[in-house]
Amino acid sequence: MSIDIKMAWRNIWRNPRRTIITISAIAFACLLLVFMLSFQFGSYETMINSSIKIHAGHLQIQAKEYQEKQNIRMVVPNPEETGRILDNVLYVESYTYRAKAFSLVSSKNRTYGVMVIGIDPSREKMVSTIKNSIRQGSYLSMEDKNQAIVGRLLAKNLGVLPGDELTIMGQGRDGSIAATVVSVKGIYASGIDEFDRSSIQIPLTVFQDVYTMDNAVHEVVVIGDSLRNISKIKKNVQGQLKKLKENEFLTVLDWEELMPGLRQGIEMDLTMGIVFYLLLIIVVAFSILNTFLMAIFERTKEFGVLMAIGTTPGRITKLLLIESISLTMVGIIAGIFIGSLLTLFFQYHGIDLSGSSELLAQYGISGMIYPKLSLLSALSGPFAVFFITVLAALYPALKIRKLQPVEAMLHV
Amino acid sequence: MNIVECTEINKTYQQGKVEVQALRGISLNIKKGGFIALAGPSGSGKTTLLNIIGGLDHADSGTVNVDGQSFDKMNQSQLANLRLHSIGFVFQSYNLIPVLSAAENVEFVMLLQGIPAAERQGRARTILDDVGLKDKYDRRPAELSGGQQQRVAVARAIVSNPSIVLADEPTANLDSKTGQGLLEMMKKMNVEKKVTFVFSTHDQMVMDYARRLVLIHDGLIDNDLVKKN
Repeated sequence: MSIDIKMAWRNIWRNPRRTIITISAIAFACLLLVFMLSFQFGSYETMINSSIKIHAGHLQIQAKEYQEKQNIRMVVPNPEETGRILDNVLYVESYTYRAKAFSLVSSKNRTYGVMVIGIDPSREKMVSTIKNSIRQGSYLSMEDKNQAIVGRLLAKNLGVLPGDELTIMGQGRDGSIAATVVSVKGIYASGIDEFDRSSIQIPLTVFQDVYTMDNAVHEVVVIGDSLRNISKIKKNVQGQLKKLKENEFLTVLDWEELMPGLRQGIEMDLTMGIVFYLLLIIVVAFSILNTFLMAIFERTKEFGVLMAIGTTPGRITKLLLIESISLTMVGIIAGIFIGSLLTLFFQYHGIDLSGSSELLAQYGISGMIYPKLSLLSALSGPFAVFFITVLAALYPALKIRKLQPVEAMLHV
Repeated sequence: MNIVECTEINKTYQQGKVEVQALRGISLNIKKGGFIALAGPSGSGKTTLLNIIGGLDHADSGTVNVDGQSFDKMNQSQLANLRLHSIGFVFQSYNLIPVLSAAENVEFVMLLQGIPAAERQGRARTILDDVGLKDKYDRRPAELSGGQQQRVAVARAIVSNPSIVLADEPTANLDSKTGQGLLEMMKKMNVEKKVTFVFSTHDQMVMDYARRLVLIHDGLIDNDLVKKN
């Protein structure tokens, strides 16, 4: 070990109490950053996956501009052909077809404007968690004809229970009046109030018949094997679609495009988090700054002697920077280690936030949140701590350059 | 051959609102291999002169040449480099680096000079043996007596074969017996290794050991005595 490093290390421990307090502050900040970032990333993944599994899917193939206009005439005309493409795309786990139309739904006493969704029950259960969200009655089956499942809040507003009848009235794809009567087979509670208040699902074949869709649908909803492969699937499907001219008017949207509100919510939460973390790091940086200013004040005479025997100011600055980097690194390594252990514990056991379940339910999250430790969550915060604390230590280290040997040696 | 040439050195300090003229146009030449004491009462200017010769302080006017190099227009780093290669320092309060052992303190100067580790370690141990600190290589300053610390300081000052060693009141914190031992050791080095020693002192024993005695009073040379052996 070089004398420089030996000196720096021994100098760090000249005042063990102060050093331990400083290292603890750095370690605590890093621990908090690792845990909080992992918590945020974990909750985002839970939110995304929950929202995806309730309705949107990872990807959707739609007619161009359907997402903005929701026009019943903008369709995917040959869904089976699109399905055949998806059958050969890597990382695609499952897919289903849906058709949607905004219509009036009436019970005996009340009428509401809702989104009527035509689903393929056999495929839908592989894509959506709605089947598991049935609270009353049962889910749709392939044999069902004029039957529907209704969102919990909509059922409450309409005052219907399983077995009751509903009248649906809207406009068909060809402009004709689309009207039918369905009986309520089941009531679902997805956890997202907005969805449960404004949606009703009927079999796709019934929808296509009532709304004169022919064989067309509005969405081909795709679930991939994991979030990280979605861009690959998207690129692949886009490439495959372009091969056929009749698919020119189709587009592939990923979950961020389908649920911009969710993405913006995540971005806002992350931004707020980063502001908080920066404040935390600045507090730690001041602690480091104080430690090194004190060290310089206490050791001014020693620096004078070092200069007297021929040490250049640059070398003393280097020595002080080695001290600050060593001190910071000890804190950072300890923080990452303890923070990762803590995160892994909760990643396995989860954090029970059932007290906030109403709020979390809006994002499709149950009472448990599982932090997710990754290289990014483990290293990005501590790296920022390292960068800012070294920056803070630069000031006292550079201050040395102004010292005059004689004045420094007279310092008591 | 002169190792130090000082011409018309003036230095004034500001002490609060009062100006103190520490040196008033002192001129002094020191020959290589000398063993010289700058003596005088407190506040006479002897330490100021020593600091200026060592490049630790700047003269307001006048010229200083050490080992053939003029201090004029030298910046901090150049002065540090000159001190590193040409000047050794021994201070009144030893001023060893507390976190380094005796051997490491001696090695440190050679480290700054870029001498390889193996050579540094060998030379540090040899010089510590020479100053009577065999088996004390790994002791930290706090584990050594005042006399032993000053011996380490002397070893540190001479290990890199400087042209001159400047010692500011080296015996002031030592008892007379230890002080005498230290002076004997420095005298021996002066004789055997031809190291030039310049002391700032008001200790009679140091003055007795010196071959040349420069008496300073109120910033002026009062008397310059060369003793006959």
